[in-house]
Amino acid sequence: MTDNRMVEAGPKRPAQSNPWLIGLLAIGGFLGLFLAAKAKDGVMEFHGYLFMAAAIAGIFASVSKAFDGPKAAPVERGPGVTYNDGVIRAGVIASMLWAVVGLLAGDFIAWQLVFPELNLDLPWTTFGRLRPLHTSAVIFAFGGNVLLCTSFHVVQRTCKARLAGGPAGWFVFWGYNLFIVIAATGYVLGVTQSKEYAEPEWYADLWLTVVWVVYLLVFLGTLRKRTEPHIYVANWFYLAFIVTVAMLHIVNNLALPISLFGSKSVQAFSGVQDALTQWWYGHNAVGFFLTAGFLAIMYYYVPKRAGRPVYSYRLSIVHFWSLIFLYIWAGPHHLHWTALPDWAQTLGMVFSVMLWMPSWGGMINGLMTLSGAWDKLRTDPVIRMFVLAIAFYGMSTFEGPVMSIKAVNSLSHYTDWTVGHVHSGALGWVGMISFAALYYLTPVMWERTRLYSLKLVNWHFWIATIGILLYITAMWVSGIMEGLMWRAYDAQGFLEYSFIETVEVKQPFNIIRAVGGLLYLLGAVVMAYNLWRTVRGDVAKEAEPALRPSVVTDAAPAE
Amino acid sequence: MAGTPEKDAISGVETTGHEWDGIKELNNPLPRWWAIIFYLTIVWAAIYAIFMPAVPLFGGFTQGVLDWSSRGALSASMQEAVAEQKPYLDKIQSLSPAQIAGDRELAGFVQAGGKSAFLVNCSPCHGQGAQGSPGYPNLNDDAWIWGGTPEDINHTITYGIRNAHEESRQNVMAAYGRDGLLSPAEIDAVTEYVLSLSGRSGDPEAVEKGKPLFENNCVSCHREGGAGDTELGAPNLTDAIWLYGGSKAKIIETLTYGRAGMMPAWEGRLSDDTIKLLTVYVHALGGGQ
Repeated sequence: MTDNRMVEAGPKRPAQSNPWLIGLLAIGGFLGLFLAAKAKDGVMEFHGYLFMAAAIAGIFASVSKAFDGPKAAPVERGPGVTYNDGVIRAGVIASMLWAVVGLLAGDFIAWQLVFPELNLDLPWTTFGRLRPLHTSAVIFAFGGNVLLCTSFHVVQRTCKARLAGGPAGWFVFWGYNLFIVIAATGYVLGVTQSKEYAEPEWYADLWLTVVWVVYLLVFLGTLRKRTEPHIYVANWFYLAFIVTVAMLHIVNNLALPISLFGSKSVQAFSGVQDALTQWWYGHNAVGFFLTAGFLAIMYYYVPKRAGRPVYSYRLSIVHFWSLIFLYIWAGPHHLHWTALPDWAQTLGMVFSVMLWMPSWGGMINGLMTLSGAWDKLRTDPVIRMFVLAIAFYGMSTFEGPVMSIKAVNSLSHYTDWTVGHVHSGALGWVGMISFAALYYLTPVMWERTRLYSLKLVNWHFWIATIGILLYITAMWVSGIMEGLMWRAYDAQGFLEYSFIETVEVKQPFNIIRAVGGLLYLLGAVVMAYNLWRTVRGDVAKEAEPALRPSVVTDAAPAE
Repeated sequence: MAGTPEKDAISGVETTGHEWDGIKELNNPLPRWWAIIFYLTIVWAAIYAIFMPAVPLFGGFTQGVLDWSSRGALSASMQEAVAEQKPYLDKIQSLSPAQIAGDRELAGFVQAGGKSAFLVNCSPCHGQGAQGSPGYPNLNDDAWIWGGTPEDINHTITYGIRNAHEESRQNVMAAYGRDGLLSPAEIDAVTEYVLSLSGRSGDPEAVEKGKPLFENNCVSCHREGGAGDTELGAPNLTDAIWLYGGSKAKIIETLTYGRAGMMPAWEGRLSDDTIKLLTVYVHALGGGQ
């Protein structure tokens, strides 16, 4: 084992604590205590204390920094530019941890569907409470932290400017993760507003709004400070993601709390208006959180890793604008054949179909960026992961428009097919491109010449790929079978099957799905180990020198 | 850095001249096939919107050239389905369950409709094969707690057992142990007597002791010799069929705590026709009288 630390020697400078920051944290701490003291229910009390504890921890952290004595200043990367990399490192670690937590929760509930005894007869561990824990942990905790840390990395590097707002970046990171903890503990304790992917109650929503606005300001401030004449395409996507998610979050969560000291609230909308608002939100959470944000990752990390220019500037402009214009209208396809008026269903369907090519524009630009570097598929498992992710992106964004067609939807809706579709996008696209980005980012952020082990990356790649394939093929079969059984009539016009029969036949496929999820989780654990060893500065002794990656660090930019 | 465009050595395509952190962009045009398919989907969307309901207006929306609506489509297909079943349902309405059971023309329809209704409504308790489970009677055998004629079965399905409906079938199997009506030793003796009714007791002494206790407490419902009475919903105790289990331990449990299984009234939840279909289906399962 050899050490692969690079020498880091910045000039020492005394650290300072920020009195404004400490004052704000103190106010936050008192607010938490106040909420806890006046709370009308146990969960609100718990969350009040949690909030207070977070504020106190923040104060300790910023004071101890001030008394730590002189610290190494960030290394200069360009003429006069130093980057704020600490928050990115924190985001990499958080992403790694949340990936394992979220996937574990997901696989556990997958087994619950096969063996209901696993609900354990406890309210906290029932499927109903753990399911939002899984979705929020993978989408918002894992995906969100990946987006936070990569956006802070990409915007600084491509603007050649330090992150704006001083400690604001840290506030965004810790504030966002505090939101996750409030949301997750709330689910387990039974607090939910029952909106899919928007389950957190009003006070958690308000807190996220504050954090998100600061995130937007930090991002915009950094763009404004840029020393490059143009804004790079990845930053368009990040900005679209941040702005749209702010809008979606606020509108979908409009609610009136029953009491300012209670955890329950009443929704502003009701009936079909509520449903439409919810799926306008839900679909664009997919479109802007899970698509635009991760396309931004693709636009920076794929050309960096491959060492090739982006395939087409023009395509990036056209597909960016068409994607964000069309996505926002597609939500009604989640409500086909419901009380939603026919015209709105038509709207959702035709916009979904028009969305097909704008989505594929991203796939083309990502894949074609590799032209001239296809040989790296053989030698670099991280590149292989990027390619797999983009391929799954292409597949899911074709499957999506197909499923939005009303005739197809009447078969696929409410079945496992939908679950399979979501997971081919989530595991195949979002997960794999995040893993690949983390494999790129970790050595760069900790100044290592390379990852601990490329062999383990290769293992991760294959374990995860087999897991995804088991998962989605099982869901295709069980979903289509279930949909066909639901609509089966006999010659006399009577239903052929009872509901329970359609559940029974899904059992083997649910087992295959849970095994696939287990493999995917295993891959993430292998990644966490590999990244941890990389951070420690270890290098595995690996036989083939052919597996050496091309240049991966910022420290030695390619000419 | 706003540099000047240069030629990429590998692809031979010009770059845009932009560069960020070492990333450059090629100046490739839009892929032609991509653009064509994109335009085609837009054209298709416009055409679809002309034919189908699409554009919201004040107080309504454009109905489209086809004048299609999901509500209209649903009610058309429902009417079609109803029309196909109408001749059968008309006949079923005019006949009693017993007459339906004997009608050969209706047999196929009744079998299909009864089975479908049974799977959706009854199978959660009675099982998909009507095989029952502890507490939920098996409907395939010829032991009937509340009677196995078409009329009896129709009544049971319509009004249920021990529910709040006025016409519901009602009775009580008392909790002899819990309520102190019999001592544990007496319950043991009665149990041995009950076991002896199906030839399973190995304790003649206890049977002898249990006999008068059975006569004093149980015969009013279960009748002489434990033959049961479907009028009262009292099960026959001489056969090998046990709703809550026939082991000694289970019988002691039944005597100690009583039993009060419930079946909902289906009147109002299912149409009379459907209840008739179910009646005939259940009657035909094997043990109808």
